[in-house]
Amino acid sequence: MNSKKWDKVATGVLYFIAGIMILILAFLLIYILVNGLPHVSWHFLTSSAKSFQSGGGIGVQLFNSFYLLFLAMLISVPLSIGAGIYLSEYARKNWLTSLIRSSIDILSSLPSIVVGLFGFLVFSIQAGLGFSILSGALALTVFNLPLLTRNVEESLNTISESQREAGLALGLSKWETVLRVVIPEALPGIVTGMILGAGRVFGEAAALIYTAGQSAPPLDFANWNPFYIASPLNPLRPAETLAVHIWKINSEGIMPDASQVSAGASAVLIIAVLLFNFGARYISARVYRRMTGGQ
Amino acid sequence: MKNYTADDKYIKALDPNKHELAIYTDDLHVSYGSSEAIHGVSLAFERFKITALIGASGSGKSTYLRSLNRMNDNIDGTKVTGKIMYRGLDINGPGINVYEMRKHIGMVFQRPNPFSKSIYDNITFAPKRNGLKDKNKLDELVETTLKQAALWNQVKDDLHQSALALSGGQQQRLCIARAIAMKPDILLLDEPASALDPISTSTVEDTLLALKDDYTIIIVTHNMQQAARISDYTAFFHLGNALEFDETSNVFTNPKIQATEDYVSGRFG
Amino acid sequence: MHDQIKESLLKKSRATRSERRGKLISLFCTAIIILVVVSIFYFVASKGLATFFSNKVNVWDFLSKTVWNPGSTDSHGNPQAGAFPMIIGSFAVTLLSAIIATPFAIATAIFMTEISPTKGYKILQPVTELLVGIPSVVYGFIGLSVVVPFVRHTFGGTGFGILAGTFVLFVMILPTVTSMSVDALRAVPRYYREASLALGATRWQTIYKVVLRSATPGLATAVIFGMSRAFGEALAVQMVIGNAALLPHNLVSPASTLTSVLTMGMGNTVMGSVSNNALWSLALLLLLMSLIFNLIINRIAKKGEL
Repeated sequence: MNSKKWDKVATGVLYFIAGIMILILAFLLIYILVNGLPHVSWHFLTSSAKSFQSGGGIGVQLFNSFYLLFLAMLISVPLSIGAGIYLSEYARKNWLTSLIRSSIDILSSLPSIVVGLFGFLVFSIQAGLGFSILSGALALTVFNLPLLTRNVEESLNTISESQREAGLALGLSKWETVLRVVIPEALPGIVTGMILGAGRVFGEAAALIYTAGQSAPPLDFANWNPFYIASPLNPLRPAETLAVHIWKINSEGIMPDASQVSAGASAVLIIAVLLFNFGARYISARVYRRMTGGQ
Repeated sequence: MKNYTADDKYIKALDPNKHELAIYTDDLHVSYGSSEAIHGVSLAFERFKITALIGASGSGKSTYLRSLNRMNDNIDGTKVTGKIMYRGLDINGPGINVYEMRKHIGMVFQRPNPFSKSIYDNITFAPKRNGLKDKNKLDELVETTLKQAALWNQVKDDLHQSALALSGGQQQRLCIARAIAMKPDILLLDEPASALDPISTSTVEDTLLALKDDYTIIIVTHNMQQAARISDYTAFFHLGNALEFDETSNVFTNPKIQATEDYVSGRFG
Repeated sequence: MHDQIKESLLKKSRATRSERRGKLISLFCTAIIILVVVSIFYFVASKGLATFFSNKVNVWDFLSKTVWNPGSTDSHGNPQAGAFPMIIGSFAVTLLSAIIATPFAIATAIFMTEISPTKGYKILQPVTELLVGIPSVVYGFIGLSVVVPFVRHTFGGTGFGILAGTFVLFVMILPTVTSMSVDALRAVPRYYREASLALGATRWQTIYKVVLRSATPGLATAVIFGMSRAFGEALAVQMVIGNAALLPHNLVSPASTLTSVLTMGMGNTVMGSVSNNALWSLALLLLLMSLIFNLIINRIAKKGEL
């Protein structure tokens, strides 16, 4: 066969494989949405789960997911910005810095189940937090920190050195320059990374099954006192999230409509991830426009 | 290119009794890592005059300029020895507040680097950080500095548009306005017109001549005509040494050493 | 003369204080991350090594024996902590899924960058990006409701096992490996392609002999990264693998992986017991494997630089 023919054959094969790839991916999305969306109703989204009967909802789990996400981001965003600034602005080129970078790399590549077990051991047992939102939020922070930090560092690195020099030459400290000049400019990248991180946290389950726990006691949405045991805000109550719920009902299988509930919950998860994705794109485009002053 | 050796006798010494010195260096060495970029330069700069630093690329003139307000601090592995005397103090000495020093020794860079903020915010940003909050005073500051930088008439109606929407020449003048908004003693300019078209260049030059009454200006340039047009003194840099320093007219019409003559007549560079 | 400027040069100012504070804050944040990394290693190692030091399990037995029942002892009085079935399970699903995913991912990446860089890229890029973000439990759920029944009907048995795990992981790592491969291919300078085409090579020859060759380190990194994700994935695999801590006879009999045993077992054992320590040894093994994957990726990156 000559090379022209080979070229045609290879191109055909590539088209074929890319086609299969699109089919697989499309199937995934369509399967989840088609099977899940019919089960999603206002009732499903707001009522609490039932263990042995059908007709339960995911209201508590949904709330837990958002609350955990909020707490985890509350801790990890400032920490990652601080560490990102250190790596991009202060760290000198030496063995210590490369050691720090390697540790962050290693942390980001750890299996999330290992992070979850570490959280179980340290936060739930040794710190006495038990299966609680707080323990879960800390585990999610550990899971989230390295990627957020890397993202902050990379976003800061894209900002031209001349911007820093401009600030320094005006007698501002490095820290002021970073905070008031460099970070505002790097904001689109930072915010995008944060939202994508939030999406990752929202769907995480393995880090949570032994930290935030696998049970969702009913909540009293009329009492928002964080010290009240059934208060939605109580950070010391166990809190099964949506993702953990999907895993739990599928591996225990005592719920009669487990597959319908999972399908609905999966659809909700996917839609949330979609929203995080679009949100990230939208916000970064908007912030970028505002920062550069274009109309 | 011939090898030229540095000799003190071609460096005009300014007598502190006759000339008011704004800043001077004594045997200044600057090195990055293991390679030395400046091999002991001693120059003095008179107050309210424009001094041009000329020389081929790699001659060390920019490095020298950047060490005058310690902008090289931010480059890992930079080492400075010798003295940089400003108001009786060595600015590299212990206990020197580098941020305070940079307020008085401002700098404008080769590429215009306005903040991605509005024109107004570019100018008021640093003064605000230093405690100037009065709206009227800020407005006044914006107006006077933009007028000094010959930019006011072009931008007075849209002070709140982004600085990035300005042309390159306008951006550079905004950077000059931003620098003088700090009311510095000394203004260092690192080839401020090299990225600009001829018309913008001449506007920037006019701006500098107008600023001379209030500021001591030290400018790095590779444009000999520019140096001749605007400066009172000229220092010729070559391979990390200042080879000749004198009043500009002397350097250009009657250079004492062959190297300077070769350079100003365009034989290398 | 009273020189105010001179005085101000010798005094600390707001900027000095802000710089000090800022440096401290950023250093503190970094220190926390380092502390977390160090304590993960410390805690997992101290728990995981207890099996060998306190409970006297032989390391070699742990790695090679096939009976996993750490609560009871064998004829020599040692706990039966043979992790070999899980090790085999983990490596099997990882290698098999990577073997299937690699050609798909690279071919799709070639399609996106070389064959149809505008249209194909525009469609596939957002889709892969989106799929990277799909939570692994969703993959597990689809595995349970689609893959397991499919395997049961086609190959018999329960449908649970290494084959189902492989399928699920294949789909799960596919988007990640694809998008990293795309990055690797896009990093190949355009003039390489132009030079090759100008010499009369066909498009396929250019792709095969020039583009793929110079992107090899990047593509290898993508695959190893995918493997490391597959190896560490817990819930999606646990849902479809069958959870039998036995040496698998074939690809469709229930099996287990390091992660699946950990997921199932940690809640059912008492902290400090032999069974619990043995589970931590599995976690330690996972930790070490993730280190090894990391090391390989670093090696490839270093080689690429030379």
